[in-house]
Amino acid sequence: MNGTGQLVATGPPVSVRGSWRPPGHRHLRGADFRWAIAFVLPYAAVFLALVVYPAGYALWMASDLSLYTDLIENRLYLPTLVNTLLFVGLGVNVKMFLALLLSGFFLRPRWWIKGLLAVYVLPWALAATQAGISFHWMLIGEQGLVDGLLAALLGIDGPLWFNNRWLGVGSNIVAYIWKWMPFWTLIFLAARMTIPRNIYDAAEVDGATGIRRFVHVTFPLLANLYLICTLLSTLWTLGDFTTVYLVSGGGPAGATEVLATLGFHYAFDFSRPALGVAAVMSTLPVLIPIAIILMRRLQTSLVQL
Amino acid sequence: MSVAADLAQPMRLARRRYRLRRVLTEAGSVMLGIGLLIWSLLPVYQMLLIALDPEEGEIEFTGNLWPAEPSLDGFRDVLTQEARYLEDFWYQFGNSLYIGLLTMVLTVLIGSLASFAVSRMRLSKGSLLTNAALLTYAIPAAFLIVPYYRIMHTYGLADNLWAVIAAQVAFATPFAILILQLYARLIPFELDDAARVDGASPVQLYLRIYLPLMAPALAVVAIYALLLAWNDYLYQAVLLSVRNMTVSVMQGQLFSDTDAPWNAMMAAAIIYVLPPIALLFALRRHVMASLTMVSSGL
Repeated sequence: MNGTGQLVATGPPVSVRGSWRPPGHRHLRGADFRWAIAFVLPYAAVFLALVVYPAGYALWMASDLSLYTDLIENRLYLPTLVNTLLFVGLGVNVKMFLALLLSGFFLRPRWWIKGLLAVYVLPWALAATQAGISFHWMLIGEQGLVDGLLAALLGIDGPLWFNNRWLGVGSNIVAYIWKWMPFWTLIFLAARMTIPRNIYDAAEVDGATGIRRFVHVTFPLLANLYLICTLLSTLWTLGDFTTVYLVSGGGPAGATEVLATLGFHYAFDFSRPALGVAAVMSTLPVLIPIAIILMRRLQTSLVQL
Repeated sequence: MSVAADLAQPMRLARRRYRLRRVLTEAGSVMLGIGLLIWSLLPVYQMLLIALDPEEGEIEFTGNLWPAEPSLDGFRDVLTQEARYLEDFWYQFGNSLYIGLLTMVLTVLIGSLASFAVSRMRLSKGSLLTNAALLTYAIPAAFLIVPYYRIMHTYGLADNLWAVIAAQVAFATPFAILILQLYARLIPFELDDAARVDGASPVQLYLRIYLPLMAPALAVVAIYALLLAWNDYLYQAVLLSVRNMTVSVMQGQLFSDTDAPWNAMMAAAIIYVLPPIALLFALRRHVMASLTMVSSGL
């Protein structure tokens, strides 16, 4: 967060209101100005007290460089880094790509697809804790529904999902995709609905149908939105604690932890809060560029309005 | 004659091929639909399966694919608060509801006021604040839990529901401001100017023009904020003590206890997940309308 002022300052000198300024633009004066300040004040207070201050505090806690040698020497840190990379990299990208494809499916004008959409968005509205618990039970081994189904339908003994590192990480990723894919599908569905019909008609005349239409027409139109959503989702997913904590619980023996849960354990189970902050702060070299690209993209879009 | 006959044959073939393709596409989309239905409902079904199991305590539902003797005992135990861990369920539910509703109201209020001032009243340099707001997301939520734990003591909010509400509002508002700004471009400035000429004050503009016209976007923001608070486990677990526990924390705690009354626990889970689902379905038209507007702007 020490980049706050810097990021804002180095960004292009454009503002949201820029393109909206009507011809007779005038500066706010007197009472209006005071009202505007009063309206902004609550959020400014929230931002300073609950974002800037804690972020600065976290940086200060994690500024001791010896923490990072402790981290590297910790047996769990490097495997956790790999897990986090898999969880975020696979989770976000598979989810986004499937959401993009499925948004095309939900666009089909059939009554039953509309009904299906209502069921399909259910995971988004289902509280994450309960969804995580349910996934944990489904995969808990031979007592779980998944292994029960495998035995009943295929006659095979399902694996013990949480006894193997890769199966555990995979379970977390699947649960994560289940929970969050519907939200992004809705976003892409909404975006596809705004693509004018005649663009597709023109493309069809030029021979672009099926996959070629998707590659040459739909995707280029949605590319900017897709990038923004992927970046935003990456940042949100790095902070996702609930899925891993409740689905695999980090087990076996911490082999499926991600940085969010490992930092939690350092801070609250091993009473090393600074190490916990350092564990998550060690992703800053990846986070900052993502945040900068995201800001630039969003500013461009906001200005184009 | 012969020319027509020559043409009729390939035409018929082409038509048949077209019809075959349509049937295949249709069959494929039905298959995909069934697959999605199972994918979406399997964890929900697992919850029902456990909740409807009559046995308490022992893991009786092992490997069952359907409830052999469905019973509503689990739900009864939740209502009467008789099962272990559920003695204070409705009090904890009240806490969750309090956090969820206040997060929702405050996010809508603070977010809409700020984005009204910046985008409608054209507060100069105001966009610096709303842009900086998005930087909140450069810090993933789990990063801040340790500093929050310390800071809430400084703010005098240790073990206070307001600590959680404050954290959730701080995370929900940047997204709220983004959505509101993207949606606000729908409302023509002439409307504001006309009202101004008629002597409307900024407060009247906000209440009479901005809020009613922004209703679909505000619905999305409200649902987003409620879901954020409803989904949360980490902040509620760390910032609140057992005395002020919420449903989310109570349920997550049970992993170490295999003897927990799982049917009642799952019944409680089902009761807990219902309110946001109901709200989403009540507001679904608003949600779709504003997502369409917002995504077309990006």
